[in-house]
Amino acid sequence: MSFAALLFYLCGALAIASALSMLLNARDALASALSLVVTMVSLAVIYVLLEAHLVAAIQVLVYAGAVVVLFLFVVMLLNLRREEFSPSRQKLVRAASGFALVLALTQFLRWLAPGLRPFPALPTGFGSHRVLGIALYTDYVLLVELVSLVLLAAIVASVVLVKRRLDS
Amino acid sequence: MPTELALKTLLILLVVVGGIAPLMSWIERKRAGGAQANVRRSGIGELTPAGSHHPLAEKVALLGSARFASAAAQRVLQRAIPLIVAIPAIIAFAVIPLGGEYQFGDTRFSLVLSDADWGMLTLFALAMLGTYGSVIAGCSNDAEPALLRSVRAPAQMLSYQLAMGLSLVGLFMVFETLKLSEIAMAQDTTLRALGLFEHAFGLSRPLLEWARLPAWGVIYQPLAFVLFLASITAANARAPFDLPEGDAEQIASKHFEYSGLHFGLFFNSESVQIVVSAGLLATLFLGGWSVPYLSSDFILYGVGRWLGDGFANGFLLLIHVAAFVAKLAAMIGVQLALRAAVRRMSYLRAMDLCWKVILPLAFGNILATGLVLLAVRQSA
Repeated sequence: MSFAALLFYLCGALAIASALSMLLNARDALASALSLVVTMVSLAVIYVLLEAHLVAAIQVLVYAGAVVVLFLFVVMLLNLRREEFSPSRQKLVRAASGFALVLALTQFLRWLAPGLRPFPALPTGFGSHRVLGIALYTDYVLLVELVSLVLLAAIVASVVLVKRRLDS
Repeated sequence: MPTELALKTLLILLVVVGGIAPLMSWIERKRAGGAQANVRRSGIGELTPAGSHHPLAEKVALLGSARFASAAAQRVLQRAIPLIVAIPAIIAFAVIPLGGEYQFGDTRFSLVLSDADWGMLTLFALAMLGTYGSVIAGCSNDAEPALLRSVRAPAQMLSYQLAMGLSLVGLFMVFETLKLSEIAMAQDTTLRALGLFEHAFGLSRPLLEWARLPAWGVIYQPLAFVLFLASITAANARAPFDLPEGDAEQIASKHFEYSGLHFGLFFNSESVQIVVSAGLLATLFLGGWSVPYLSSDFILYGVGRWLGDGFANGFLLLIHVAAFVAKLAAMIGVQLALRAAVRRMSYLRAMDLCWKVILPLAFGNILATGLVLLAVRQSA
C-alpha cells in the first residue's frame, strides 16, 4: 500500500470515527464541537490527497478554524451542560434509523459503482489558488458578486437584529 | 529523500525549539528587565555570567511546581491542550525557507522543508488552529470565570488573524505568488529606486540605473509591513497586545488554569511563535535569505570563476543562511524590544485598533497596490 493510500484510509477512518463521536456526544456540546474539528481536519487531509490544496487550506482555515471557534463561543456563552438535556428515550428508534441510513447508502454506492470510471489525468495547476482565482473572477464573476451581496445582507441583518434588542 | 527530510526537521527542532527559544527567555528576563531598569525582574540574579542559567533554572522550577486541576476538569482535554498549541507553532516553521537551492555536482540541495504553492495558506491555517488552545483551556477546567476569560483572548486572536491575512494581500499582488520560496527568490535582486519617476521628471538614464534599492517587500509595501507587524504581535498576544496575560484585564485561562510543565509548554510555544513570526517577517519583507546588493548569480559567478562551482555553492549556502539568521535575529529583537518599550493597551482599544484602523488601512493598501500595479503594467 502506498503512503497516500495509507493516509487516505487513516484519515477516512478518523473522519468517520470523529463524525460518529460528534453525534454520540451530542449532549456534551464541547466534546461534540471538538470532534467536528477532528472531522474537518481529516477531511482536509483527504482533500490534499485529491490535489485540491486550496480547498484543503480553506477547510482548515474557515471550518476547523473560524467556524468551530464560533461554535465554541456559543457553547461557552450558553454554558450548556449535560444535565440540561432531557434523557433520551428513543435509543431504539435512533439506532434503527441510523442502521437503515447506512444500508441505504451502501445500496446507493453499489448502484453507483458500475458507472464509475477512473479519473482523466488532471490538467496542470489543478486545484491551485491561481486557477481557482482566475475561474472565479472571469467565468463565475457574477455568481461571486451575488454571493458576496448575500453575505453582506446577512451581516447587515445580524447587526440590525442585535441593535434592536440593545436599544429596547 | 525521507532521511533528508528527517534531518532537516531535526535541525529545525534543535535550532528553533532547543536553541532560540531558551535564548529568548533569557533575553526576556535579563535584557528586558535591564531596559526597564527593573532589578527585580532580572530574577534569580547573577549566579552565572550574565545570568545565563536562567532558561534552565526556569524549566527546573516549572518541573517542581505543583500541577493543579479542578475535580470537574476534563482530564484528557486539559492535558492535550498545551500540545495542541505547541505542535502547530513548531510545524509552521517548516514552511519558512532558510535558504534557496544549491547545486552540488548532480544533486540539488534545497533549504526549504515544505515548498508548497499554498505555503502562506498553510501558515494561516496553522495560526488558526493555535487559537484552540486559548478557547479550550478555559472550557476544560469547567469553571465559569475561566469560561468567560477564554472568550476574550480568542476574540482578539481571531480578529487580528483576519487583519494579518488582509495586510499581506498587497504583498502577494506584487510578487504574484503565495509560495514563500518564490517570494524570497523574487527579493534576491534590486529595483530602480526612482523607476516610478522615469516618465515624470525626465530623469537621466544613468541616475535611474545607479540609484538602486534591494527589491525587498518592505520597500514595495511599507504600510503592509507595519500593519503585519502589529497584527502578528497581537495575534500572538505579545506586548503591547498581551492583554490575555494582563493583571488588570480578565486574564486568559492558559495563564491561570495551568501550572508546572503544562504552563511551560504554553510558554515555550509562545517563544516558538515569536521565532516563526520573525522568520515570516524576514522572508516576506526583508528579502529572506538574500544578501542585499549581492544576488545569488553574482556571488556564484564571482566566486565560482576562481574557486569552482562546488565551493561557490557551498559558500553561497553559508552566506545565505547567515543572512537569514541575521534578519531573523533582528526581527526577534524588534518583537522583544516592543515588549520592553511599549505599554499594554486596554482590551477595547486593542479591538478598536484592529477593526477601525488596521482593517480599513489594509483594504486601502490593497486598493492602492492594485491601482499602482495597473498603472505600472499599462505603461510598461
